[in-house]
Amino acid sequence: MANKISDETIEYVSILSKLKLTDKEKKQAKKEIGNMLDYFDKLNELDTTGVEPMSHVFPINNVFREDVIKNEDQREDILKNAPGVKDGMFKVPRTVE
Amino acid sequence: MSILSLTAVELAAKIKAKEVTVLQAVEEVISQIEAKEELYKCYVTIAKNRAIERAKQVQEQIDSGNLTGPLAGVPVAIKDNMCIKDMLTTCSSKILSNFIPTYSSEAVIKLEEAGAIIIGKTNMDEFAMGSTTETSAYGVTKNPRNPEHVPGGSSGGSAAAVAAEECFFALGSDTGGSIRQPASYCGVVGMKPTYGTVSRYGLIAYASSLDQIGPLAKDVTDCATILEVIASHDEKDSTSIKREDTDFTKALVNDVTGMKIGIPQDYFMKGLAPQVKEAILNAAKVLKDKGAIVEEFDLGLVEYAIPTYYTIAAAEVSSNLERFDGIKYGYRTNEFDGLHDMYKKTRSEGFGKEVKSRIMLGSFVLSSGYYDAYYLKALRTKALIKKAFDTAFEKYDVILGPVAPTTAPKLGSSLNDPMKMYLSDIYTISANLAGLPGITLPCGKDEKGLPIGLQLTGNCYQEKKIIQAAYTYEKARGKIEWDQHSEEV
Repeated sequence: MANKISDETIEYVSILSKLKLTDKEKKQAKKEIGNMLDYFDKLNELDTTGVEPMSHVFPINNVFREDVIKNEDQREDILKNAPGVKDGMFKVPRTVE
Repeated sequence: MSILSLTAVELAAKIKAKEVTVLQAVEEVISQIEAKEELYKCYVTIAKNRAIERAKQVQEQIDSGNLTGPLAGVPVAIKDNMCIKDMLTTCSSKILSNFIPTYSSEAVIKLEEAGAIIIGKTNMDEFAMGSTTETSAYGVTKNPRNPEHVPGGSSGGSAAAVAAEECFFALGSDTGGSIRQPASYCGVVGMKPTYGTVSRYGLIAYASSLDQIGPLAKDVTDCATILEVIASHDEKDSTSIKREDTDFTKALVNDVTGMKIGIPQDYFMKGLAPQVKEAILNAAKVLKDKGAIVEEFDLGLVEYAIPTYYTIAAAEVSSNLERFDGIKYGYRTNEFDGLHDMYKKTRSEGFGKEVKSRIMLGSFVLSSGYYDAYYLKALRTKALIKKAFDTAFEKYDVILGPVAPTTAPKLGSSLNDPMKMYLSDIYTISANLAGLPGITLPCGKDEKGLPIGLQLTGNCYQEKKIIQAAYTYEKARGKIEWDQHSEEV
């Protein structure tokens, strides 16, 4: 079953994951993801027809609260964590040419 | 006798009785850290000055009668995935090597309100992904019961710090066993409450639907006391549950007469070390002799829990860790060509191998064409696993079993075979999938002096039953003397 992980799939997954892999890492990822998926295929032994997917163990619905600002202004402290700051804002690489 | 061997509750009582000052407690812990850290490496950050400062404030509040709780003045260690305002919080990852939160997690706020003194942040597997604390970017924690072995993980630093008396208790987080397994490996008591009992606000997310904060402590009394302090309904965590029954210390009752305890036969198949099996069955006998009704039964679906867990956890990882992009906080790569190259290089350099591997696996199982076959299939299996537990808890108050198939493995022996490491989570992960509370406490040791842990799992909201069973067992068991280890390893 591991053959469903082709080199193209690894390329695609690394794009989705926003990761840049070396050739060695790609080879290793291919093997490891393949092994894990083979193992995940064990779930196909179970008949889950008609079973609702359970994302949360308790039946909770959307939890709403009033949109009220409770915290103080922390702009300066928050910006101290940023790798790049300019004029009180996050500095990012150019996104449009 | 040094105060370091006291439990948290005992220390707080001595502080209240003015036999010990808060500052003395803090200074003793700091000397212990200075003496032991080089060997054990439990901490990523030690907040010595902050702790001394806080000790003075807390002492004043105790003296003035404003702080009277059972943890007032007690030094605590916090796993490094919980934000603390103005304190470095790394998740043991390079990508957060310089992150100073502007707020504290709710569980930490509750502890500080109760007068506990934060001593530092403990080492962990990077982003809590691992079972040995060896995937940390900041060094390997050693097991204080035998420093050639791992402390377990991912809350390995917290468990080791409690075992090494480098704190009086600690907080950890448990996504698939990350409190219970290291507690077991280090011979301390650990507890994961029902999902939603402790606010996850300020806990850096691994797999949000499974993550839960809980205590690691020296005994069951401490565990119940700490949980009572940190449990809260928090509107900042939309999965937080409103509970009226969080007076967990009420369950510290030495009696299991008539309590129905089930032992899953399917937990005793191949892979379980004979010494672990023997210790668990002995513990079951102790509870039976105390009046519990102990039976074996078939839980079912045990072997499907691991693939279900790793599919769901990886999927949530790939989504939760998208936020680490080198823009708002954390590490950013030095040289890059445009925005996307910056993202990719930052993340590739900032994350370790295990984290990258799980992000990719998660991206795959959520990707178009595979979503139904993997992710939805796992969520359907999760529903079946939950149902199997519902059926079991119709008959039993408590499920009793091992925490892990073996005692703590040797350092360096796990990471080269990740599949083997994943399989060692078999007894702990179903509690996370089904949202159940679980407590682990020592029930013996193997020939190397390594602790063996007993796990008691309850139905949702039934912490009190497992606390009562654990407390009764602990009283009957008596004190376990751990081997002393030389400082040279």
